[in-house]
Amino acid sequence: MIGLILPSADFVAPKIEYNELMPLLVVFGAACVGVIAEAFLPRAWRHLVQLAITLVAIIVAGVLTGFLIADEKELVAALGAISVDGPALFTWLILLALTLVSVLLFAERSLDGGLSAFAGQAAAVPGSEAEREGTAARLEHTEIFPLTLFAVGGMMLFASANDLLVLFVALEVFSLPLYLLCGLARRRRLISQEAAMKYFLLGAFASAFLLFGIALLYGYAGTMSLGGIADALQTQTGGDAILLAGTGLIAVGLLFKVGAVPFHSWTPDVYQGAPTPVTGFMAACTKIAAFIGLMRVFYVALGGTRWDWAPMMWVVAILTMVVGSIVAITQTDVKRMLAYSSIAHAGFLLTAFVGLAQAGSGVTNGVTSTQAVLFYLVTYGFSTIGAFAVVTLVRDAGGEATHLSRWAGLGKKSPLLAGIFAFFLLSFAGIPLTAGFTGKWAVFSAAWTGGAWPLVVVAVLSSLIAAFFYVRVIVLMFFSDLPTDAPDVVLPGWQTTTAVALGLAATVILGLVPGPVLELAARAGEFIR
Amino acid sequence: MKIGWLTLLLLLPFVGALATMLVPKAKALVAKQVALAFSLVTLVLTAIVAVGYHQDGAEKYAESHTWIKAFGANYALGLDGVGVVLVVLTALLTPIVIIASWNDADNGRWSSKSFFAWILALEALSIGVFAATDVFLFYVLFEATLIPMYFLIGGFGGAQRSYAAVKFLLYSLLGGLLMLASVVGLYVLSARAGDPSYLLTDLVKLDMSENTERWLFLGFFFAFAVKAPMVPFHTWLPDAAGEATPGTSVLLVGILDKIGTFGMIRFCLGLFPNASEWATPVVLVLALISVLYGALLAIGQTDIKRLIAYTSISHFGFIVMGIFALTSQGLVGSTLYMFNHGLSTAALFLVAGYLISRRGSARIADYGGVEKVAPVLAGTFLFAGLSSLALPGLSPFISEFMVLAGVFSKHKVIAVIAVVGIVLAALYILLMYQRTMTGPVREGIEKLTDLNKREIFAIVPLVVLIIGLGIFPKPVVDIIKPAVESTMQRVGVTDKAPQIPVTEGQK
Repeated sequence: MIGLILPSADFVAPKIEYNELMPLLVVFGAACVGVIAEAFLPRAWRHLVQLAITLVAIIVAGVLTGFLIADEKELVAALGAISVDGPALFTWLILLALTLVSVLLFAERSLDGGLSAFAGQAAAVPGSEAEREGTAARLEHTEIFPLTLFAVGGMMLFASANDLLVLFVALEVFSLPLYLLCGLARRRRLISQEAAMKYFLLGAFASAFLLFGIALLYGYAGTMSLGGIADALQTQTGGDAILLAGTGLIAVGLLFKVGAVPFHSWTPDVYQGAPTPVTGFMAACTKIAAFIGLMRVFYVALGGTRWDWAPMMWVVAILTMVVGSIVAITQTDVKRMLAYSSIAHAGFLLTAFVGLAQAGSGVTNGVTSTQAVLFYLVTYGFSTIGAFAVVTLVRDAGGEATHLSRWAGLGKKSPLLAGIFAFFLLSFAGIPLTAGFTGKWAVFSAAWTGGAWPLVVVAVLSSLIAAFFYVRVIVLMFFSDLPTDAPDVVLPGWQTTTAVALGLAATVILGLVPGPVLELAARAGEFIR
Repeated sequence: MKIGWLTLLLLLPFVGALATMLVPKAKALVAKQVALAFSLVTLVLTAIVAVGYHQDGAEKYAESHTWIKAFGANYALGLDGVGVVLVVLTALLTPIVIIASWNDADNGRWSSKSFFAWILALEALSIGVFAATDVFLFYVLFEATLIPMYFLIGGFGGAQRSYAAVKFLLYSLLGGLLMLASVVGLYVLSARAGDPSYLLTDLVKLDMSENTERWLFLGFFFAFAVKAPMVPFHTWLPDAAGEATPGTSVLLVGILDKIGTFGMIRFCLGLFPNASEWATPVVLVLALISVLYGALLAIGQTDIKRLIAYTSISHFGFIVMGIFALTSQGLVGSTLYMFNHGLSTAALFLVAGYLISRRGSARIADYGGVEKVAPVLAGTFLFAGLSSLALPGLSPFISEFMVLAGVFSKHKVIAVIAVVGIVLAALYILLMYQRTMTGPVREGIEKLTDLNKREIFAIVPLVVLIIGLGIFPKPVVDIIKPAVESTMQRVGVTDKAPQIPVTEGQK
């Protein structure tokens, strides 16, 4: 549009709101420090130093975000590229909190003979002599910590991107570390590497869709900024074909990350193959970032055409809930089951998303879609990481015993652990007095407020199907006999214990007194542009 | 903060459940004594509340605190006549079940203390359900009762218990989740009208379009019909009651299923009066089918516990019929029926449990001539059976009569057909008695011991109450009546004036 104009002599530096962007900068800065530390520190120190850098960075960023929330500062920063609004800040906070819990799981070393759950030497061929030597030398990849920081930084950026290009860059920033992390399992390395490969290929494919969609929307609106696209929708006539095609392609890219049907097929394989702490991190944090990104693009930029895309999202929501719940029944691996359960949860979230209950659209009282989704993501995130943390503790000689038949009689062997896992499952099933119930209630009421009551009916029926497979695991743990070769329940170190305890506490508290978090989510308000 | 009476009633069994769990495993007896003590204290407290309610009215017991502001949910408890009766029933049956099940859980998969802890947890939640005056709170507690009951059935019972527990849970969740959709719908209506609130007093003021009201009604009614249970959603009950221990069955049929019929009165009639009237013909026919079908299947059973479960389906048919007849006589009768059915079914299940635990079999064919070997056992069994078939002079007779009279005044044909249910009741009870207790002493029965003191002690209160309320039901009726009258006003129906004047005192 604008031709090449050389800047005149007096170059004006762009104004960057460093204060508001500080949480992002802290996380990315710490990630870079981590990379440098990895290069220069002696091996023996790395684990401790990396863990310290990561935890400090996350906590500092979290506190800064807290201050920003308290100040109620909302603005579009960095020349319109990043929107630091209520939903973005809330998302930052939960992302950082859940990453903190996940990092604790990453740092756990007492489950597998004093070594972490990650490969000692990723470059060594699985089963080779080099691998054995690496294990004997007690090698560990401590790069996982900076990788995690890059991932969470990318997610934070993704959730606050106010420009399609920033959105795409953020997507790649958080995806690439995740591809790597998926392939780094210490046990069952082949399926771990397979998972990473699948995730990478399919993820690249989805990115291409997204990029193509962005290009088409740019072609329609002549701008990348979400606000600019929204304005173009108001003023522009013609070019509908390009707009609709762009919308559809962007939806494909974003729904892939959310894990919605029919773009879900990577989820079970990747969740099963990835190291379990990483699975927990992905299941919770990726979903959160992707969902907020999805909502931001569709509410802010494409809100004007909601009658065009809402029917499509209705279909996706119904498919996601029904397929996620039904296919989960046939799973025999606990990680795959949790993967399908996370797909079903994405479907429940989508009901609130397509409910479109916004303060702007005539809904004055009651729960808004943004509030409901934010709250649900908190409840879901903590329970999910807690559940995957429990999975890391049930082990036999070959590592984690994830086949469901191996979980028979666990309630006899370790009533506490089985009880905690059962509680997480009940929360996923949405039984009252757990966080899962209040979360479900919030998204259902947002969906109904926006008039999507048929979705609510489908959602409750899928919840019933979902309850069946959760209950099946409870039956297996408590009402089946303990086999003689049952796996052991390993005594966790402080890291996993803390992670499970935090997940459990959040699930209990958000089930009994969800008020404060709901208020906070309500105060987050709507997206700004 | 001052702790309200009802909160205390709710907390006490909870604390008891925790205390029971904290007793060391080796001291099983202490755990049982702790559980019994807590249930007895709860009973005493309930009695004080019931007497106080009778004298001072309901205001004293109402409490309300904001719980989740964004949802419009309140922690609100209160009593009306129907609620009081069922709270009393809950508090009464719990210690009886604990005494009667003293040794039932000793050889279970889990320690016996968890059995008694789950019972107390169930008691607390049930009391909460009957006292909740906020729809959200009610729903939460309604669903939460499933957890203790699920573990009671699945953890302690017959060979197929895990199947039965899952079936119970899934049926209940199906109903519960559809109700959730209606509960969410109520929220949306309430939010559109102003600040969202789930308090019953606020919800009754809502304006609903005819269609909305009907859909919401269906969500609630379906949940309660599964719970009650009505044909065709009844198949979980025989499995659950047949596999569970007798004590669990008493709690399941005596208390938990009452939530269904209680909910119909308080929520279906209370919140959706027009839709309730609209649904009356279908509901009455379903109830009639429940009465007859339950009774017919009961006659065909070969298993004592399953037989009793089917009799309950028939009885619940009567209760629902009385509720949806929409006459004050029918409603009072149904509420009274809930109470009396709790007593008589408890007696029947417990005595049957005594019998089954002695012989180790629930098959009717394995018994014969028990009355010669164990006369007290046979006598109480006959008494419980007679009360179940509503013998005049025993309390169930009065309620059954009132229900039938209430239905007859509006729906003659249905009432006339329902009377057949009474004949069938006589058949299933007396045939069972004849096959198990009379005749020559069958092999394996000769050594049967008679009831011991503990077992008799558990049954005596039930017998006394069944006879007492059979002769003088006025105290209970007095408590129920005002609540029923306000419900009738809400529904906006009046009783048909009788063509032949009745004399005072017939009710």
